Amino acid sequence: MKRSLIDILDLSPAEIDELIATANDIIANPAKYAEKCRGKKLATLFFEPSTRTRLSFEAAMYELGGNVLGFSEAQSSSAAKGESVSDTAKTVSCYADIIAMRHPKEGAPFVASRAASIPVINAGDGGHNHPTQTLTDLLTISREKGRIDGLTVGFCGDLKFGRTVHSLIGALSRYKNVKIVLISPTELKVPEYVLQEVLEKNGIDFEQTTDLQKALPNLDILYMTRVQRERFFNEEDYLRLKDSYILTPAKLKNAKQDLCIMHPLPRVNEISVEIDDDPRACYFKQVLYGKYVRMALIMKLLEVE
Amino acid sequence: MHIDSIRNGLVIDHISAGKGMKIYELLGLGALDCTVAIIKNSSSRKMGKKDIIKIDAEIDVDIDILGYVDPGITVNVIKNGELVEKKAVTLPETLTNVIQCKNPRCITSTEQELKHVFKLTDRENRVYRCLYCETKATE
Repeated sequence: MKRSLIDILDLSPAEIDELIATANDIIANPAKYAEKCRGKKLATLFFEPSTRTRLSFEAAMYELGGNVLGFSEAQSSSAAKGESVSDTAKTVSCYADIIAMRHPKEGAPFVASRAASIPVINAGDGGHNHPTQTLTDLLTISREKGRIDGLTVGFCGDLKFGRTVHSLIGALSRYKNVKIVLISPTELKVPEYVLQEVLEKNGIDFEQTTDLQKALPNLDILYMTRVQRERFFNEEDYLRLKDSYILTPAKLKNAKQDLCIMHPLPRVNEISVEIDDDPRACYFKQVLYGKYVRMALIMKLLEVE
Repeated sequence: MHIDSIRNGLVIDHISAGKGMKIYELLGLGALDCTVAIIKNSSSRKMGKKDIIKIDAEIDVDIDILGYVDPGITVNVIKNGELVEKKAVTLPETLTNVIQCKNPRCITSTEQELKHVFKLTDRENRVYRCLYCETKATE
């Protein structure tokens, strides 16, 4: 039966464990996987620009021995002529074996998955879901810490609009004894529905704070996101708050020695470049892991053994 | 005020006062060619005021819609002038083309042929979310 990945919760915890195990095996034995998707084609349908996600999918398919076709902006597709997402998905099903779709409209990859005869992977739909980023994050945590259960994970920055944050919180809420610390300015707190329908509903231990420095010593993972100027109602508040959520070597002084610092990237200035050489900086490794977990996912959805 | 009783048909009773017209429109009763009566602000011991709709024909009513709009409603089935069945309504699991998603970033905002589908995600708090973008439904 055709399987798609639209929301991270489409995958059971056991399936996520299986993907992490496959990704780990790919990292250990890349040659074993070099021909797994020979003769298969991935269509990357990117209706809005992306650097990391699209290149990561393409690199993943090439490293599996497969091929890639597609477009990287809506203007170069029939969407510019008014073609519906469903029709595009049906058409592409005739050419490719699997689709990775990014679309500015929320729910577009879901619509595509219902129309397509081949698996569809949601590569980001507006501010809604981005499940392969969450898989990337889970693989990173698992590799860097050796486990996911029992960790204290801090999220810092814009927790209101960050889709990667909401998805990862949802995925982490299925693990045992995970503690979540939500660090943000009041204006950018996690939406009420994430607190009620995810954290409280699953009985997750969590706290909310505005103070990054105070929260840091207890964290095993620090997931940074960007505080964007346009999210604030007035310039004064932005200027007052922006530096509080910039990670600097000074702020890291009291952090654990084995802290793992993550960021979905792109970064602007929220992590000082001086931290890049700190062994606790994991954000570029995270990018690399993203490719491996996408390789594992493509294989799973194509049912390649 | 006198409204003739019906022989075969439905009486949608205990409608919250003011919601009668909304239900009339949602059920598409305007398209029927039988007698349909909307009684507004009828006095009720239980509710103070209520609306009632009487339909003088045996038609299939989408009870799911009624459960969403007004869960206190009862549907009385009348045959040969007698009440033969009293149906209570509950919240439906899915609503199709009953409400529209108001999220401007939702795919339904640009693709007109898509049905507006909402799923019940929290029965206790009567929360429905868009099938596509998961935005909470607002009345």
